[in-house]
Amino acid sequence: MATTFDTNGPPKSSFSVSKLWTDKKSRGVIVQIIAMAIFCAVLAYLANNVVDNFEDLGKPFGFGFLQQPSNYDINQTLIEYNSQSSHGRAAVVGILNTLLVAFCGIILATILGFILGVLRLSPNWLVNKLAYCYIEFVRNVPVLVHILLVHGILVHSLPHPKQAIGVADSFFLSNRGFYMPQPLFQPLFWLVILAFVAGLIYAFWYKRSARIKQAETGQQSPVFWVMLASIIGLPILAYFLTGFPIEWQLPEQGKFNLKGGMAIKPEFLALWLALSLYTAAFIAENVRSGILAVSKGQSEAALALGLPRKRTMNLVVIPQALRVIIPPLTSQYLNITKNSSLAIAIGYMDIVATIGGISLNQTGREMECMIIVLSLYLFFSLTISTIMNWYNKRIALVER
Amino acid sequence: MDTVQKYAPGEHPDLKPPIGQTGVLLWLRKNFFSSPFNVFLTLATLYFLYLIIPPALSWMFADAVFVADSRDHCRELGDGACWGFIEKRLGQFTYGFYPLEERWRVNLTFVIFIFALLPVLWDKMPARRKWIWVPLVFPFVAAWLLLGGFGLEDVTTDQFGGFMLTMVIGVTGIVCSLPLGILLALGRQSDLHFIRWLCTGFIEFFRGVPLITLLFVASTMLNYFLPPGTSFDLLLRVLLMVSLFSSAYIAEVVRGGLQAIPKGQREAADAMGLKYWASMRLVVLPQALKISIPGIVNTFIGLFKDSTLVIVIGLLDPLGISRASLSDAKWQGLSTEVYVFIALFFFVCCFSMSRYSIYLENKLHTGHRN
Repeated sequence: MATTFDTNGPPKSSFSVSKLWTDKKSRGVIVQIIAMAIFCAVLAYLANNVVDNFEDLGKPFGFGFLQQPSNYDINQTLIEYNSQSSHGRAAVVGILNTLLVAFCGIILATILGFILGVLRLSPNWLVNKLAYCYIEFVRNVPVLVHILLVHGILVHSLPHPKQAIGVADSFFLSNRGFYMPQPLFQPLFWLVILAFVAGLIYAFWYKRSARIKQAETGQQSPVFWVMLASIIGLPILAYFLTGFPIEWQLPEQGKFNLKGGMAIKPEFLALWLALSLYTAAFIAENVRSGILAVSKGQSEAALALGLPRKRTMNLVVIPQALRVIIPPLTSQYLNITKNSSLAIAIGYMDIVATIGGISLNQTGREMECMIIVLSLYLFFSLTISTIMNWYNKRIALVER
Repeated sequence: MDTVQKYAPGEHPDLKPPIGQTGVLLWLRKNFFSSPFNVFLTLATLYFLYLIIPPALSWMFADAVFVADSRDHCRELGDGACWGFIEKRLGQFTYGFYPLEERWRVNLTFVIFIFALLPVLWDKMPARRKWIWVPLVFPFVAAWLLLGGFGLEDVTTDQFGGFMLTMVIGVTGIVCSLPLGILLALGRQSDLHFIRWLCTGFIEFFRGVPLITLLFVASTMLNYFLPPGTSFDLLLRVLLMVSLFSSAYIAEVVRGGLQAIPKGQREAADAMGLKYWASMRLVVLPQALKISIPGIVNTFIGLFKDSTLVIVIGLLDPLGISRASLSDAKWQGLSTEVYVFIALFFFVCCFSMSRYSIYLENKLHTGHRN
């Protein structure tokens, strides 16, 4: 009878609880469901606590306080700000200060890092070892100690404004900061900017057409000199033709302080120098390993093909080294941005010191202020890493 | 006149190589004077060293004052560094405000710590396996010794400070973040979507924000997430944040190692019938961790250095102590000496860690990379 065959036939996919755990797929689903349940439960518990706490303290949650006057001053501002401005504006001032020091730090650290990295590879024993000592010493000391040390030296060892170290009566260095002439732009200055933009556009158009020309005919054009002339020469020419539309306001030595001119505060100077010097040591190591990663055969092959040394460097070694250098360089840039938050230790008013520091203490809005600060840093980090990933992809090795 | 001697073929004695082709002279020429640019570089560097080193040395040693009562006293005795300040405050720099008569407990903890490190770090230690329980028991003994209880006088964590606090934060962070980081890395590589998503979110969040903001969160905001009226120790909150923070970095380092292991290894382990955890523990992780040692140690060094950041939420690590003592009117303006001293401490610790990692890397380098 047919029923007797059933026992010997292929096993029925009968359901049993133990099978759910032995089967890889269903086990995965179960584990995920459990994890999700735990995650949601923890989240709900924390959210519940937050709501309870806010109720207990009688504080409403909201960002309305950003419109209230801040009642505190900030010693370095890129936009107009006074103690009557709102907390929101203080936050913007802080963001701009963070971005300023991060941007300047990235540029200086990159330059110093590349120089140090190349010195570290120098065949000259003395130079090589000097760079090694610098890198090892700087890397193994916390960045906060660097910042405090540089700040201490600037504030305690530099002379008072009265005896400021002056160069050509226009640059002064004292413990109140670095003073330099401030440019006052005359109405005609926009022509110079226009010339600069035009030069930039022309330079890149020229570079592109030169590349196409070389691809088609093999003829090379003096790209570097033409670009230099149009980017730098053109604005200078415009500057002369429009009759020098910049006036320089020189700083003067007053009785107690230096007056006029553009001042770089010691806090900014200390943070900027310390971050750059610190990060440069890391970048130098990245640069060194990047250059070492290009095998010697590559440059030998290029020389054998008859390329001159400079073109070997530019066309063969550097592009391949950059491919290794860029990813760690990205994280160094991110580190500068994040480490700039240590500004608070020396009183440079960045985002952590303004909205996450004084505003937080004045308004008692810990939750809202910290949410603003954390999301801003996440935004900076994600932006920098997106840009660098895009650049990295562009120069990455094209493989099959 | 002509003293040329005739030799039979093969009988000529060996001549010395020409001068400048061997030894010191060759080394000098190759390294310092191989080209005009190199000569310039050498001379410029020598001049630079001449400008830097003698003043620095005389500031640190020759003109320095090692024992003094106040800053003015220092300035009378010499123009150099005033180490007398450090000497006076050395106890505070080391122990913070740990009670004077209980300081032996910190010393004892440190000695046990060294003994606990031996079986972990010294691979040729005699009878290493017999001593492996010491590092496992150490955290509990250390907690008992430092905090008190069970017959010892209680010491609260706000009395912790100085280098001792740095060591507490550094060692706890290292011990907690490594296992957590490995789990996170495995989670990020997992086939289970939700787990992967969770771990990625965690890692990206902690890597995206500065530690200092997390410390602020720990000191100001964490209470909101606890039931009303409850709170826990500030140092514990800091340790939690530091561990979570560096575990995210460890996770990324380990993920790099995991990705470098060929897929075949995992597949072979599957084919042998090993379950997920067994294949990870026996096949994949030993190889992945070996590759990631330099990165892991770098993260540890970073963590150790980052422990200085606790100053911003008012814990008294060496920098916090130095700030407190620099505001003493007797000793004002000696920041350079203090910071140089602290820098030296961190340099010694971090440099030896990185040297050890290089040693370990060479030792474990059993592959055949031509």
